[in-house]
Amino acid sequence: MLRPRIIPCLLIHKGGLVKTQQFKTPKYVGDPINAVKIFNEKEADELMVLDIDASVNKAEPNYAQIAKLAAECRMPLCYGGGVTTADQAARIIDLGVEKVSVSAAAVANPELLTKIASAIGRQSVVAVLDVRKKTGFFSKGYELCTHNAKTSHKLDPIAFARQMQEAGAGEIVVNSVDRDGEMKGYDIDLARQLRTELKVPLTILGGAGSLDDVSALLGACGVIGAAAGSLFVFKGQYRAVLFNYPTPQQKDDLCRAALRSYEKN
Amino acid sequence: MIRIVDYGVGNIQAFMTMFKRLGLEATRARTASELEGATRLILPGVGAFDHAMTLLNQSGMRERLEEMVQQRQIPVLGICVGMQMLAGGSDEGELPGLNWVPGQVKAFASHPQSKDLPMPHMGWNDLVVKPGHKLFTAFEPEPRFYFLHSYYFEAADKADVAATAEYGHHFDCVVSRGHIHGVQCHPEKSHHFGAQLLKNFAEL
Repeated sequence: MLRPRIIPCLLIHKGGLVKTQQFKTPKYVGDPINAVKIFNEKEADELMVLDIDASVNKAEPNYAQIAKLAAECRMPLCYGGGVTTADQAARIIDLGVEKVSVSAAAVANPELLTKIASAIGRQSVVAVLDVRKKTGFFSKGYELCTHNAKTSHKLDPIAFARQMQEAGAGEIVVNSVDRDGEMKGYDIDLARQLRTELKVPLTILGGAGSLDDVSALLGACGVIGAAAGSLFVFKGQYRAVLFNYPTPQQKDDLCRAALRSYEKN
Repeated sequence: MIRIVDYGVGNIQAFMTMFKRLGLEATRARTASELEGATRLILPGVGAFDHAMTLLNQSGMRERLEEMVQQRQIPVLGICVGMQMLAGGSDEGELPGLNWVPGQVKAFASHPQSKDLPMPHMGWNDLVVKPGHKLFTAFEPEPRFYFLHSYYFEAADKADVAATAEYGHHFDCVVSRGHIHGVQCHPEKSHHFGAQLLKNFAEL
């Protein structure tokens, strides 16, 4: 039986690993290679590494760093940040990365995903959507953001996710800007809507503060990806840096219980 | 000596890293002469079937590879699309496969029990292995592997099936016909489960 994926998401800023809150105030949490080694030992399901500087600085992906991460990584690796062409995506895949994610560039030009999919196969193309709940007095629903949530777009995230799927994405990752680093739980309503709308694998990121939050997401959506940053890099209320991940037994128990409750509903 | 067939498709570096960690000597082969000296061959592959077949056909290695596998009977392990290439052909493309293991590659989308599931089949799934098969020596119970694909191998001769996995239906995810083996999942990215499989293949 296919299992849900529990995915640490690591952010790269100025060459080091950071963790943000609502996409702001990056706190240094350690060395990327060291983190990969730790998650190798803990046998994480997958790893997602996002360079949060590249698109903002209009920089090329840092191929030397990606090559080092990929060579160290013994689990499937998804890289995102600064990818604007199919050639760049193909070069990253050649470095030993399984999946390449695109965000800002796909919003600017959805056809880019089609080009990338034909270069590397759609199974390796991930669209990352940063979404923010609208907070205005008369507004409801969500808006789509890019460039570390400094730019917002008048696009409905669910319709856009569907468009990304049509264009060639093999996976959609939805990241809740307002929940980032808050550790108060995932946006389960949004996840549920996305799950019913999409035909490609879905991964939800943003808000997990405990393994109970992961259980709640899987209990609501079944076999999907549950990604988290803070949960796997911090320990305790003072956010002491401690890379952590459930043991295989904990993960099995968690997934089995969550899927049982999903099937009941 | 393990030779990884580098015809321009697939995650060669991941295999190099894994074999190095296992203490097994492996090099990449980009030409027919670089294939020589192989006692084991790894045929990787990702992406579209025709794209992979085209690149292999143009690599200048195809004939030597056929001769090494068919005549000299050097053990080979096809991985992901590299496994699918062992078949006679694929519903994904037009080009014939290597036809080393009789079978056809089919789309999950064409199978009544799998067609409504999220596609690609992505993530960790359990292998149901044929008891006593040498590829699975020293495996612990419930071995799990990472999968990432939308097409699957359907072996014509079920005696060639060494393991299945379930995604809507039980599909053939490891085939083994004499010295020719193929796995749909990614042992190079499947932690200690994958390491054990690659080690077993090296020690067959």
